[in-house]
Amino acid sequence: MTLDELTLTTGEWLRGAGNLSEIVLSSRIRLARNLAEYPFLSTASSTERTEIYRRLADTISALPQERDALLIDVDEADEVDRQVLVERHLVSQQQADSEGRRGVSISPDEKQALMINEEDHLRIQVMGSGLELYALWSRVSRVDDALSERLAFAFNPELGYLTACPTNVGTGIRVSVMLHLPALRMTKEIDRVARATRDMRLAVRGMHGEGTDAAGDLYQLSNQTTLGKTEEEIIKGFSDQIVPKIVEYERKARESLVQTSPHLLDDKIWRAYGVLSNARRLSSDETQTLLSPLRMGIGMERFDRFDISALNEMFLYSQPGHLQKMHGQSLCDEERDVVRADYLRRRIAEN
Amino acid sequence: MTLRSAAPMSLVCQHCKDSRATVHITDVMPEQRERHLCQDCAEKEGIIIKQHPLSTNAILQQFMKHKAVKGVADDLSCPKCGMSFREFHVKGQLGCPHDYEVFGEVLKSLIERTHEGATRHVGKSPSTADAAVRKRTGLLRLQRALRQAVEDESYEVAARIRDQIRVFESP
Repeated sequence: MTLDELTLTTGEWLRGAGNLSEIVLSSRIRLARNLAEYPFLSTASSTERTEIYRRLADTISALPQERDALLIDVDEADEVDRQVLVERHLVSQQQADSEGRRGVSISPDEKQALMINEEDHLRIQVMGSGLELYALWSRVSRVDDALSERLAFAFNPELGYLTACPTNVGTGIRVSVMLHLPALRMTKEIDRVARATRDMRLAVRGMHGEGTDAAGDLYQLSNQTTLGKTEEEIIKGFSDQIVPKIVEYERKARESLVQTSPHLLDDKIWRAYGVLSNARRLSSDETQTLLSPLRMGIGMERFDRFDISALNEMFLYSQPGHLQKMHGQSLCDEERDVVRADYLRRRIAEN
Repeated sequence: MTLRSAAPMSLVCQHCKDSRATVHITDVMPEQRERHLCQDCAEKEGIIIKQHPLSTNAILQQFMKHKAVKGVADDLSCPKCGMSFREFHVKGQLGCPHDYEVFGEVLKSLIERTHEGATRHVGKSPSTADAAVRKRTGLLRLQRALRQAVEDESYEVAARIRDQIRVFESP
């Protein structure tokens, strides 16, 4: 398997299937781990950094379940490939932009990506479409167990797993779900989400993590507290309480739009379709903004010109990295906007 | 579709007509228009989402200003990796696992603040951790479950947990 082969499909978390998938785009869990015998990356020498990389890469590829995994040396990858990895959520922006020896091991089903030398020595992450945190937890925990039989992770009985940043200490777990909340934004009730999450100490951010705004009405919800609770308790809070509650808010907001202003709603959907299928230049941001009402329209069965998998394809392939990968060469912003609009018109016409 | 532009000075929020507008938006859909809002109104509109009132960095900043911390923390540095507490404050990253011991109490109270008052790990342990560690975290977990069951007035569950704790504590 190669990265080029990966980019032929939209991958696991954009399957558009699974529990509550009309609102919950994807679920993700990651565990932060560090090798006990090495310093954290902020003080590691470049020799130590390379040793950590080799140690982890060798151990991971020796695991029976990782036999077919694709190991990518992010330091050697070109800019477009790095961007593609970020857009597929296989590495973080930080991992793509930092320097020194670092990499990622990706499972063939793209459900699992182990980042080496990100902020911590190792970040084991698993992801899936819709709300499926329990299954993801058992998978990520199995990988963690297999690795901890072969490696000594920095662990202290009182504080748990020791991490480069004390905000991750303890379980080292970050649970996140990506939610599509266009109706709550249209009805100006999005602050209900902020209120609902506040007392649970969860962070709400734009799709690409900290400091990003909610392009395309996509919000990422994740836990902040990693100490003093078990992994299962954290996951249960998400799966059984907070996510169903927000999904309910969004559903109610959609229903009320249908009741009070169906023409406004349909106009928003069909106007977006009109622009996407006719525009000659489209920026990445505008595309995300236009795809949002269509995603909602498909979920509410008010739009049927294409289905959710076609939409997810457009969602991913219109992003700068994938667009350039598909085009076979790097493009400047201006050229990208033209190529993007061409691609979207063609893709829509195929339906 | 919204674009944010550089902040023109001294505009008043169009919504509340009260605070200074710090968020400037140019809508191009469905029609072109400019809007200037203050932080609060922009949040209400869902244009930006309020960050958690105490972000980690804010806690760290606040914490470092605390008088009791100032004197103590200045002198702390790790003999293994050379990281000083001051440097940690700037970077937000520790230098090595040993720092957790070297920065001891000062770091501990910071951790307590970032994790809702928690000071102890109750989650999973490495599969190679010794039996004593596993036993201790297991016991802590049961004690928490017992407290919860009593709070919920689920006395049958509580009784079962109590029995499990007895088994755990027996040598």
